[in-house]
Amino acid sequence: MKQHTVTAFDEDLSALASAIATMGGLAEQLVAQSVQALLKSDPELAQQCITADKKIDELERQIEERAITIIARRQPMAQDLREIIAALRIATDLERVADLGKNIARRALAIDAQKFGQRLFVGIEHLSALGLEQMKLVLDSYAARDVAKAREVWAKDDDIDAVYTSLFRELLTYMMEDPRNIGMCTHLLFCAKNIERIGDHATNIAETICYLVTGEPFDEARQSSTTRLTQAEQA
Amino acid sequence: MNAPMVEAKALAKKIAVSNLEFYYGDSKALKSINLPLYEKKVTAFIGPSGCGKSTLLRIFNRIYDLYPRQRAEGEVLLDGKNILDPSVDVNLLRSRVGMVFQKPTPFPMSIYENIAFGLRLYEKLGRSEIDARVEAALSRAALWTEVKDKLNASGLSLSGGQQQRLCIARTIAVQPEVVLLDEPASALDPISTSKIEELIDELKADYTIAIVTHNMQQAARVSDYTAFMYLGELVEFDETSRIFTAPRDQRTQDYITGRFG
Repeated sequence: MKQHTVTAFDEDLSALASAIATMGGLAEQLVAQSVQALLKSDPELAQQCITADKKIDELERQIEERAITIIARRQPMAQDLREIIAALRIATDLERVADLGKNIARRALAIDAQKFGQRLFVGIEHLSALGLEQMKLVLDSYAARDVAKAREVWAKDDDIDAVYTSLFRELLTYMMEDPRNIGMCTHLLFCAKNIERIGDHATNIAETICYLVTGEPFDEARQSSTTRLTQAEQA
Repeated sequence: MNAPMVEAKALAKKIAVSNLEFYYGDSKALKSINLPLYEKKVTAFIGPSGCGKSTLLRIFNRIYDLYPRQRAEGEVLLDGKNILDPSVDVNLLRSRVGMVFQKPTPFPMSIYENIAFGLRLYEKLGRSEIDARVEAALSRAALWTEVKDKLNASGLSLSGGQQQRLCIARTIAVQPEVVLLDEPASALDPISTSKIEELIDELKADYTIAIVTHNMQQAARVSDYTAFMYLGELVEFDETSRIFTAPRDQRTQDYITGRFG
């Protein structure tokens, strides 16, 4: 990529991109730790996650402010404009991801998962591994402006949805087995749903990256995963 | 590239340029230009200095004819008729294709006469008809309320922005079909610029407009189509919304994002 004649413009844009990278790293870490806090019943770690979310909110605010300033001062066009719009969108998605992570941390404080033994956790662990992998892939794809990788993220979202659906059925079975499980399982179900939503945000970011690089809106019309999930939940 | 990329659109072409080449003496200033000007649309020409955009504009009303050793080859069809044909009456052509220049060029006469002059040249009109046309042109150019009480004052007594609007009024008074604007706002302050832009927006209801501008934001604001020219070639022609968000050619991208040269 050629440099701008005005070098300060390049600096503005690269500062924006690195703020997104920082925010992405923090959001990824928060989600990983909140799941750990849940699985290990670690209230201290859960509390850390809740605090970390505030920092991510602040980063989002800063990114927004930076982006608005660049638009006002430089009237960006074409790729530069897409760069800034993409940063705004991705920051919003990352903020939501961090929020979902924080919610998992909150639930970690509310339940003592250790009482239930490991078998319930295998599914959650597997789901969160997939979600985190998606986050990592999509952030790498942003850093490298790699559309192929972004499409990969988009394609892999189905795996998360499938695991979520099977986890949903499993938790349902436990609840039917013994109504005393209902409270606990509901919490876990919400956690699973949050991770599934994190996967959706990763695909949103992937779509934004495609737009950023190609200038075209993401083309493949896809059946909304929410619709599919609702159907699965009703089945 | 040469083929316009939005050819498929079912818009009437007021002007169709094909294989146009232009020479200043021996030097070739335009290389095989192909492009339409769609009827009642605003087409902006952007590109670095010396890229040929003003040269191209000056062909549309054959104003280059006034200078020796300048010649155009190829075809420029206005409503299907080649205006480069030697048999074309250039005075008639210029009444159909009006032009406004970068610096306001009011005639050294009264505001009223600046407009009435052209009318008398092309048409036989009575006093009251001329009065009506002068008022209509000045109103259309958003100048009437500012000058209606001083129509006999010199056109040169007006501010730069007013002078430019006077020139636009003068151009549209003779009811042309195409209006060419060569950097019409580059010497004006932001308020006058906004007025000119507002005017362009209103004029396109009746006229086909071509505008040359160095101000990219202005091109993005006022035009429906944008042509990017470089070194005498048409690099890219497309809908303005496309050019300024996702241009296809790397050179266009570099130019509009300020990465050029």
